Amino acid sequence: MIDFAPIALSLALATVTTLCLLLIGTPLAWWLSQTRSRFKPVIEAVTALPLVLPPTVLGFYLLIALSPNAPIGQFWLTLTGDTLTFSFSGLVVASVIYSLPFMVQPLQAAFERVGRMPMEAAASLRAKPLDTFLTIALPLSSRGFLVASVLTFAHTIGEFGVVLMVGGNIPGRTQVISIAVFEHVESLEYSQAHILAGGLLVFSFVTLLAVYTANRKLTPHVG
Amino acid sequence: MDLDLRFARGGFELDLRAEIIGAGVTAIMGPNGAGKSTLLRLIAGFETPQSGHIRVGDTTWFDGANGQHSKPWQRPFGMVFQGDALFAHLDVAGNLAFADRRAKRLAGTLTLSGVIEALELGPLLKQSPATLSGGERQRVALGRALLTRPDWLLLDEPLTALDRDRRGDILPYLREALRAFDIPALLVSHSLDDVAELADHVLMLSNGRKQSHGPVDTILARYDVETADGRRDPSSLIKARVTRHDAAHQLTHMEIDGHRLDMPLMDDVGIGAWLRLRIRARDVALALERPEGTSIRNILPVTIADIQTDEDGPFGHAVLHLGNTRIRARLTRASIHDLGLKPDQNVFALIRSVSFDR
Repeated sequence: MIDFAPIALSLALATVTTLCLLLIGTPLAWWLSQTRSRFKPVIEAVTALPLVLPPTVLGFYLLIALSPNAPIGQFWLTLTGDTLTFSFSGLVVASVIYSLPFMVQPLQAAFERVGRMPMEAAASLRAKPLDTFLTIALPLSSRGFLVASVLTFAHTIGEFGVVLMVGGNIPGRTQVISIAVFEHVESLEYSQAHILAGGLLVFSFVTLLAVYTANRKLTPHVG
Repeated sequence: MDLDLRFARGGFELDLRAEIIGAGVTAIMGPNGAGKSTLLRLIAGFETPQSGHIRVGDTTWFDGANGQHSKPWQRPFGMVFQGDALFAHLDVAGNLAFADRRAKRLAGTLTLSGVIEALELGPLLKQSPATLSGGERQRVALGRALLTRPDWLLLDEPLTALDRDRRGDILPYLREALRAFDIPALLVSHSLDDVAELADHVLMLSNGRKQSHGPVDTILARYDVETADGRRDPSSLIKARVTRHDAAHQLTHMEIDGHRLDMPLMDDVGIGAWLRLRIRARDVALALERPEGTSIRNILPVTIADIQTDEDGPFGHAVLHLGNTRIRARLTRASIHDLGLKPDQNVFALIRSVSFDR
């Protein structure tokens, strides 16, 4: 008997997180790739923090920040009538922060690879900065977007500690695949755990294989 | 173009005042690190001067006094970059259209089809930049720059990246386009031959400062420009008219001041066209009487205008007049002494080779 709720929840969470991070990460990565500001290393370090912090530490701080007693959590509660902690919205906020480097770092690298020359060429052809960004920088870094989106999606599917801290383990609401597997193992329901774990393994492999295949096909055109 | 620029970065300083004539081609020359490319980048607005001004016609592109600084995309210039600046994700047609779309509403006679025809880009339109040769790439880049309907063209060593054989892919097009579309241009170049062929004026830079500025023949004649290996290699620039192509002997006949000069066939240049030729001083010898039975074909009757000798070297230099044309010759001091050469003397110049190499 397969329980589809955790699967659907994981897919929804990863999709929403990836879309949010495309919106947030693109301008941030662009700024990091272009700036000569002395704050650049500070922002880079902050962006990379989720890579090194244990998920429980990150989750702990997020739990405190998102709780209805804290300003952010309180604001959300009055705005929507729902708490951020132990809710899907809270999971999205936590995942966006947790997966931030997986979006920003490949994008920043891709933008830096575009280099100064095509940007200056576009400016010399009367293209304003936003025009140049949309018509030159974005298409020239399409591989970076593919890699960043897949890494973000996969990393969000795979998260455990932060989700558990912020969202708990509420079936149908915050119980994603990784937590469902944990619960099945705890309850010695190994066959259920096998189905979810095996499914996730196959899904991850197929996704990555598709990306690397597509990446190879894209190379001669975009590289 | 009225330039008054002060710019410093990382130990390099540029301090330049120059009034660049708004017609024809002005070549910017000078040794590596003289600030040639930096000057173009300042004019384009990719770098900002610390002070000074850039005025073009009635418009001000930069004025340090009141903080006015128009952005690169607001300045009406077209640029051909030193490296490969074509957009890799667009084909040739896409690269041209990028410029054309954003400048279409500007007045002028220049059209997309006109540029494609003039630069013979038709067969390349569907190709990706990656599949083009270096010369073809620069041709597309030139077409793209022209399609911005620029008031000025900034050409940053458009020929340097190409090996000698490939220069023919772009040089004639560049020469024709500059003439046909009649847009004033600043051309950064290392090559005396390119400058001799393309430029009307020369701005010579050294260490970020103006060394000299004037018509190409006077500047190039006055300066013993150093060759790439550091030797001084004086030469003369002369204007000559094409009179005939002799296919049988593979020669092109030219005329200078009523006298004939033969050079290797260049049948892509029309009869009656004026060309600038460069003659190295070391390729010119003198004879007191018109020599008979010599293999040298180019013998011109000249008058010695000036003659100077190095006190401690083996050589001396003579300036020869052929009508209004000045030709420089490098001779040994011993020959000058033995032949008794002196100013106002009528002699014959034997020219071993005329360069117009492409």
